[in-house]
Amino acid sequence: MGYTLDFSVVWHAMPALLRGCVGTLSLALAGMTLAMMIGVAGVAARDSKAAWLRALVIGFVEIVRNTPFLVQIFFLFFALPLVGLKLNPTVTAIIALGVNGGAYAIEIIRGGVQSIHKGQIEAGYALGLHRGQVFRFIVFKPALRAIYPSLTGQFIMLTLTSSVCSAVSAYELTSVAQRIESDTFRSFEVYFFVTFLYLAISWLLMLGFAVISHRFFSYPTR
Amino acid sequence: MTPHFGLPEFGFLLRGLQWTVLLTLVAFVGGCTAGLAVALLRTCGHKGVEWITRIYIGIFQGTPLLLQLFVVYYGLALTGLKLDAFVAVAIGFTVNASAFLGEIWRGAIQAVPRGQTEAAMALALHYSSRMRDIVLPQAIRISLPATIGYLVQLIKGTSLAAIVGFIELARAGQIVSNQTFQPLLVFGVVGAMYFILCWPLSWWGSRMEARLALASQR
Repeated sequence: MGYTLDFSVVWHAMPALLRGCVGTLSLALAGMTLAMMIGVAGVAARDSKAAWLRALVIGFVEIVRNTPFLVQIFFLFFALPLVGLKLNPTVTAIIALGVNGGAYAIEIIRGGVQSIHKGQIEAGYALGLHRGQVFRFIVFKPALRAIYPSLTGQFIMLTLTSSVCSAVSAYELTSVAQRIESDTFRSFEVYFFVTFLYLAISWLLMLGFAVISHRFFSYPTR
Repeated sequence: MTPHFGLPEFGFLLRGLQWTVLLTLVAFVGGCTAGLAVALLRTCGHKGVEWITRIYIGIFQGTPLLLQLFVVYYGLALTGLKLDAFVAVAIGFTVNASAFLGEIWRGAIQAVPRGQTEAAMALALHYSSRMRDIVLPQAIRISLPATIGYLVQLIKGTSLAAIVGFIELARAGQIVSNQTFQPLLVFGVVGAMYFILCWPLSWWGSRMEARLALASQR
């Protein structure tokens, strides 16, 4: 018996799928915000004087980077209620994405901080810049410029990884797709189309990041 | 009566680990073969072919691995072939690996100094000998840290086979967790197993990267 592809189910489910896209982007954005906070705190702790704190951060980074996200989210899904946090799946997913992305953010931000030489800061003071100016023009902007490609790449990775959050039925595009699939049994059509929605999301993000980079981080040419 | 997490459960996880390793090996070997073809096509010099392989790589880099697995898994089912779940997910991971390894090796091939190719051409070596004897041996050296990095990604990625129902380590963990009601212990052990698999590779990769960086400074 032949099988005829029927993409009309996808068309009918379009509004739900687009809402799913918004869900995915919000999930990724919330996760990335948490990841950045963990990243900044982690970098501070990573270079602190307390040896145990340094070891803690290194251990955290290694464990997160060498275990699958799926296992991490399952672990958190069961661990968070035990410490008294009864959260809905979407919030659990945000925390999992934040913890996962945080480990990578620590490495990225640390690289940016290390890319600023001490001599440049001294040169800034020698030119009569005050503290705020030194931080803004000599530390912050160049460091941000240095880590911008990895950071935005990490954000796109996080957006794609968020599809795994459907495993704990968080609200995002893949779980919307799974619901439509179980209603219509058109597995291939639904997933094929949703794959291209993800592709569109990551291409739009890439484009947006390129525009921002061009606007804010290009060196003056005149 | 609920069973506690004991030796039989641990043995079940170990069997899952075996499938994880096997799946990784199959996908890595298959991905290396197909990835080499992708990398060679991507650098072949023909505009149209390079453009197509570039889109091929872009699609895999711009979509979630989970969705790629779904599409391959359900797409293969549509063709009417009755494939084992292992074969279906292995094909999915192989295709993914071909794109990622292809892109890594594309970068490595282009990182080999242009003079090497020119010298080989001056010696009248034809394409296959130029690649096999001159460019690829150097490119492999350059690409090794990134290739190992991708291998770690692949090991972690095979956990997604659990979502389409193939029983590897992560799925085995879910099953044991549901039986014993000890999710923290079970997923802790499962995580530790992945860690033992991945961490030495990560360490090896970053050490090699540091050594290569040192070598290129000289």
